[in-house]
Amino acid sequence: MRQGIGESRSRGAVAAVLATLLLLPVVLPVFYTYIAALILVTALLAMSLNLVLGYGGIYQFHHAVFYGVGAYALALTVTKAGLSAWIGFLAGPLAAAAAGCLIGWFCVRLTRLYFGMLQISLGSLLWIIVLRWYPVTGGDDGIHGIPMPSLLASPTSVYYFILAVVALCLVVLYRVTSSPFGATLQAVRDNPQRCEAVGVNVRRHQLVAIVIAAGIAGVAGVLYVALERSVFASMLFWVLSLEILVMCLLGGWFTFAGPIVGAAIIVALRTFVGRYTENWTMILGIMMILLIFFMPEGVMGFLLDRLGRRPSAVEEEALAYPAQTAGKGG
Amino acid sequence: MDLSVVGSQLLVGLSRAMILFIVSAGLSFVLGVLRVPNIFHGSLYMIGAFSAFSIATWLGGQSTGLWLAMLAAPVVAVAIGMIVERALLAHLYRREHLMLILFTWGVMLILNDLVKLAWGPTYRSIMPPAALQGSASLLGIALPRYNLFLLLIGPLVAVGLWLFTQRTRIGKIARAAAVDQEMVAILGINVSRVLAVAFLVGCYLAGLGGALVAPTTSITLGMDHSIIVDAFLIVTIGGLGNIWGALVGALVFGVTQSLGLLVWPQFAVVFPYLTVVIVLLLRPRGLLRSVW
Repeated sequence: MRQGIGESRSRGAVAAVLATLLLLPVVLPVFYTYIAALILVTALLAMSLNLVLGYGGIYQFHHAVFYGVGAYALALTVTKAGLSAWIGFLAGPLAAAAAGCLIGWFCVRLTRLYFGMLQISLGSLLWIIVLRWYPVTGGDDGIHGIPMPSLLASPTSVYYFILAVVALCLVVLYRVTSSPFGATLQAVRDNPQRCEAVGVNVRRHQLVAIVIAAGIAGVAGVLYVALERSVFASMLFWVLSLEILVMCLLGGWFTFAGPIVGAAIIVALRTFVGRYTENWTMILGIMMILLIFFMPEGVMGFLLDRLGRRPSAVEEEALAYPAQTAGKGG
Repeated sequence: MDLSVVGSQLLVGLSRAMILFIVSAGLSFVLGVLRVPNIFHGSLYMIGAFSAFSIATWLGGQSTGLWLAMLAAPVVAVAIGMIVERALLAHLYRREHLMLILFTWGVMLILNDLVKLAWGPTYRSIMPPAALQGSASLLGIALPRYNLFLLLIGPLVAVGLWLFTQRTRIGKIARAAAVDQEMVAILGINVSRVLAVAFLVGCYLAGLGGALVAPTTSITLGMDHSIIVDAFLIVTIGGLGNIWGALVGALVFGVTQSLGLLVWPQFAVVFPYLTVVIVLLLRPRGLLRSVW
């Protein structure tokens, strides 16, 4: 990745952001701490999607399923199996990774739009099972009032728990993307045929990426339960998947921190604009269209561009937006 | 199990498949010619249904009013679709698919709120025209007349669309543009206009599907969400951009759903999705030849 001054500068930025996040509950009222925690959870979910979508170039259209599976695994461990929530915190990501492995195993046989469509139908199967299996999942009522360990009793301790786990996961994600595996994954994204030709097992790399991403989405799912103490069937609905996709676009894929920015903008918008108008989805729609026309690389891509820190040549080629010709129509 | 129950369930499934076909054919046509995965296709379907309700109510809810509503409602969908296409989408055709998906989803969000503002969140319903009310029997099976009407309309639309793409000049150009837009442009044809016409056809079919489904269901917000994923799956298993594929896909989808109701009512919705999974695993490019 970027070396030298850029590296140390971004390290300083990370430290500053972390310090701010640690101080938040001290200076902000409880409600804002809750919103900050929600942003962290959503950001982690978007980041996990970006591993497959931005770095892997895989059309993961139904990523929310793994988020839902993680959340439901925790909820069921506690309410049905009667086990400790801590076991659920481990079971959630494992269940999500297993679901990722199962769905991914089928999907990597296909490419691009076909991949996305197969994933939507497999994901929808899981969604329907959750929606209709009333005795176990509570159907569209969901499960509420899930008991949490006493350690997670106060909003502040929940916030710090979420912050710690999210930070840990981001480190893992960063290590994955900057590892040889991550480099190969990006190479597969840019030219799958050539990778195949030099002996890279394209499908296996994609599958591993999907499993990692699904596991981390599962972590986001259990964190959501820690925060809300409820699960809903709509956590597995494809509309949420599209929303995460928008977060990646909004923040800027091909940048590591982009999806965090996107998630923060969407969650904040929904919370604060949703308070004044019922039509906040229209505002979101208008924003998305403006973005596609004027900021196709997302907020982070736009900022990096302005700061003169262009993505590397390979990444630029991967963007493949013919921005100069697009305005003239086809 | 009673055979006539299976038969009538099959016919209900087939008539439901006709609506799915009309909507998916429009989606498939737009995918094939314009290469745009149009998510707000579902919104146009919903607008078609709401417009049919409003026009029918405005004309007094009589039989003529209902027939006129069926004819006029798709025009509303076409008008809205064309505004979006000319003003915005026409500038984005060269963007990659993910961007187009996000753009058309943005439009869907806006249209969804506009429908909410125009019609409110309450349920609406209309009757079929008087001639199509009540039931008739087909092969000894009693079936609502309106379902028989749908069984007639579906093939008519399929043949009409086939004649349009095979026999008319603009349809032939549209097929050529689906393969090679640059070559078509070199021949001195205004490609942008051809694409607009193709998009118009797609919007019309979405609106028509909405108008036709209106008498059979409650018209409500959220119709757009429930149809669009199904339509995309149908197009995918049929073969992207292939009109006959959309027909095959819709039949498979509609029939498995309605027969699934007999087998396992609680989880009937599982069957079409399961079928899609099996089809895609056995034939990853869809049942019929894809134009992609």
